[in-house]
Amino acid sequence: MAQTKEISLGDTGARAAKAHSNAQAKVVAADETVSEVNSETMALNVGPSHPTTHGVLRLMMELDGDLIKKCEPVLGYLHRGDEKIAENMTYNQFVPYTDRLDYLAPLANNVAYAMAVEKLANLEVPERCQAIRMISCELARISSHLLGVGVYGMDAGAWTVFMYTFTEREKLYTLFEELTGARFTTSYTRIGGVARDIPDGWLGRVNSFCKGVIDVLDQVDKMLTRNRIFMDRTVGIGVITKEQALSYGMTGPNLRASGVDLDLRKDNPYMMYDQCDFEVPIGLNGDCYDRYLMRAEEIKQSVSIIRQVIGKFPEGSYYAEDAKKIFAPQKSKVLSSMEELIQNFMLVTEGPQMPQGEVYFEAENPKGSLGFFIVSKGGGVPYRMKIRGPSFCNLSILSELIPGHFLTDITVILGSLDFVMGECDR
Amino acid sequence: MSDIDKSRFLSQFDYLTERESSDHVALNCPAGKLIEFCTSLRDEFGFDLLLDVTAIDWDVATPRFTGVYHFYSTASSNYLRVAADCPDNVNPVLPSLTSIYSAADWHERETYDLMGIRYEGHPNLKRILMWDSYPYHPLRKDFPLAGIETPLPAEDVAERTNLKVVAAPMMGGPFHSSGDGKMSQTEPSAKDESWNEQSSK
Amino acid sequence: MLNQTVAYDSKVEGEVIVTKADAVINWIRKNSVWPMPMGLACCAIELMAAGASRFDISRFGMEVMRFSPRQADCMIVAGTVTYKMAEVIRRIYEQMGDPKWVVAMGACASTGGMYRSYATLQGVDRVVPVDVYISGCPPRPEALLDAMIKLQEKIMDENSAKNLIKVPVNKDIRKDALST
Repeated sequence: MAQTKEISLGDTGARAAKAHSNAQAKVVAADETVSEVNSETMALNVGPSHPTTHGVLRLMMELDGDLIKKCEPVLGYLHRGDEKIAENMTYNQFVPYTDRLDYLAPLANNVAYAMAVEKLANLEVPERCQAIRMISCELARISSHLLGVGVYGMDAGAWTVFMYTFTEREKLYTLFEELTGARFTTSYTRIGGVARDIPDGWLGRVNSFCKGVIDVLDQVDKMLTRNRIFMDRTVGIGVITKEQALSYGMTGPNLRASGVDLDLRKDNPYMMYDQCDFEVPIGLNGDCYDRYLMRAEEIKQSVSIIRQVIGKFPEGSYYAEDAKKIFAPQKSKVLSSMEELIQNFMLVTEGPQMPQGEVYFEAENPKGSLGFFIVSKGGGVPYRMKIRGPSFCNLSILSELIPGHFLTDITVILGSLDFVMGECDR
Repeated sequence: MSDIDKSRFLSQFDYLTERESSDHVALNCPAGKLIEFCTSLRDEFGFDLLLDVTAIDWDVATPRFTGVYHFYSTASSNYLRVAADCPDNVNPVLPSLTSIYSAADWHERETYDLMGIRYEGHPNLKRILMWDSYPYHPLRKDFPLAGIETPLPAEDVAERTNLKVVAAPMMGGPFHSSGDGKMSQTEPSAKDESWNEQSSK
Repeated sequence: MLNQTVAYDSKVEGEVIVTKADAVINWIRKNSVWPMPMGLACCAIELMAAGASRFDISRFGMEVMRFSPRQADCMIVAGTVTYKMAEVIRRIYEQMGDPKWVVAMGACASTGGMYRSYATLQGVDRVVPVDVYISGCPPRPEALLDAMIKLQEKIMDENSAKNLIKVPVNKDIRKDALST
C-alpha cells in the first residue's frame, strides 16, 4: 500500500531516531544522578478529574524526580453498564446507547452497531442506505480526528489549533443536525436502514464543508507540522513498536502509526469501501508525532471518500423494504393500513425479530476497531452483547508505554492516543 | 476476505470441535488446551491480534460459563472465534492468555470483574471497572440490571452524604421486557417497586 | 458630555454609594463566576463547544475555566456520574472555597438519565447540592448558557451579607476534608 508523502517525510525518521536516542540518554543520565543522590520515589496521582486525561482516566504513578518509574491506569469511572442494559432492551432501543460510546463520532458507532445486527439477521441494506451511512461514517471520522488534533495541540501548548478545529466541528454539527436532528447524539441508524432520508441540498453542503475543512487542515498543518516546539515535544516520544502495538491489540490510527497496515475498510471491506479509491497512511516510527500526522492525513482521505460517494450517489430506498419484521413501516402506511399497523405494533413491543446465532462484527471507527459480539437466542432482545471498545485496548499499553518518560510527556502521550472514556469503560 | 480452512485446525488438533457460528470460523477448545492452542495460533497460523476476550453466562444450563476469544490475522485478514467452556459452574476458571498476548491483561480483568471468571496465571487479576470491594459480578444473569444495595466504597463520603449504592429505579424506564412470559409480568416496571416518586431520596 | 441621566453623580453625592451589602456582594459574585468543568462524559463536549468560538461563554463573564477546585466556585457536572466517580465529585466539591455553586448539566447528572443500571448514580444531587439542573441529552450549548444566566439570577437573590458572618454549615466537613 502506498505510503503518503506527509508521513514518509525524509528527515522525520532521522529526527525521530536522534530525538529518541537523546531522550534515552537523558533517561540514563537521570538514572545515574538519581542513584547517586539515592532519593526516594514519589507517588503521584493524576485524575480522574484532570484536564490532560480527556475524561475520567486515573493514572497512579511512581516518580523518581521527574522520571516516571511505574504507571498504573485506573479506569471504570465511567462504567455505566451498557452491556447489561443491552440485554434488557430490543435491538433498536439500544441505538441511542451506541451514540454515547465514542461520543466524538456517534454516527460511526450507530452504523457499526446496525451493521452488526444486520449481519446477525443476514440482511443487506440498499445501496443508497450504504452511501448515506458511508458519508456519515466519514464525517464522523473527520469530526473525531478534528477534535483529536485540536485537543492534542492544546495538550502540547498550542491553544489556537483547538479554536480552528472546533469551528470546523461546529459546521459539522450543523450538518449532523440537518441529517439527524441532533448535534451529536444522533441515533441515526435503525436495524435495516437509517431513520430518514437525507434532506434536500445536504450533499452540496457536505461538499462545501469538505472544501473548507481542507483549508483549515492546511492552516493546522502550518501551525503544527513544522512547529519547532510541537516537534520537540512529540518526535521520539511515546514510541510504540509494531510488536508492542500488535501484542496489546491496538487498532486504528494508533496501530497504523506504528507501521502495521491494518484498515478494515481495505482489508475486510464493508458497505461500499471496496469501490472507493483511497490510501491508508502508515507511520514509520510509532511516536506521538506520527500519530498526529496519521490523523491529519486520514481527514484528507475521508474527504476524498466522501467526494467519491457523493459523485455516484445512488438512487433508491434508504431502508431495506423487504425486511418487514425488522424495519418499521412508514408512518403514513401505519395510519392507513391494517397490515402495517400490526407490523409496527409487533416491532415496538417485541423488537425486530432475529435468528439464533453468534456474530462478531467490527467496523473501522475513528479510534480503532469497534466490535460488537452478539449472542442471540432469537427474538427481539440480545442474549448477550459484548462491546469491544477500541480505546480500552489502546489504553492497555499505558503501563508499559509511560515508564521511562518524563512527567511532562504524559500530556502528549495521552493526547496522541486520542481515547474516549465512554467506550473504554462502557 | 479469504476463508480459512477449519479442517486444518480440526485435523491438527484433535481436541477441537466445530462451533456453531453465523459468521466467522468458530472452534470449541477445552479449557486445559487453550494455552497450547493459542500459542500455535499466534506462532503458526499468524493470528497476531487478540481482539476481544469475553464470556457468556448461560444461566441455568451446564456448563454455565463459556469464555469467548476473537482473534484476527493481519496477514490473511481473517477472524477466528475460539470458545472454551468453564468446567466448574460455581467457581469458573480459565487459563490466562497474558503470557501469549499482552492484550489479554485488561480484557481478562474485565471479564473477571463483570462475569466472575478467574483466569489462572494472570499477574494482576483484580477488578478493573467496578471498585475493588464490590461484592457482585454484574453481567451474570442472576444479577438484576438495577443493581443490589451495597455500601459506598468511601466510608467518609458515605457518612457525610448518607449515600449508598442502591438499586436504580426501573419505573417508566426505557427497558423492554426480557421476553419470557406475559408482557404484564415481565415488564421491568412491574417487577421493581424499590422506588417511586413519593419515596424520599 | 451627553445630556443623559445617570443614577449616580459623584459631584453631587461625593465618592460614596449607599446600597445594600447584599446587592454589592451578589453583583460582584455574579459577574465573576469561575466554573470548574467536571467533564465526565458526552456533555463535556458540549461544554467545550460552549467555550469555543461559536457560542463563546465569555460573553457572559464566566469563561475563566479552572481545572483546580481551589480556584473555582461553580462546578459544572457534565456527564454520567457513576458510583465510583461520586466519591471523587464529593471530594472535589469539598475542596472548593465558599461560596460555591453546582450546575448539573444534562439528564445523566440530573437524574441518571437513560442509564438506569447498577453502576450509575441516579442524580448528582445525592452527593452534592445542585443549584441549576439542565435538561437534555446532551443539552445544547445555548441551554448551558441559559443555565449560567439563571445561576447569575439566583446569585443575585442570595443573602450573602448574612452568610458572611454566619458559621458555615459544613464547617466540620471542611475540617475533615483538610485533615485527610
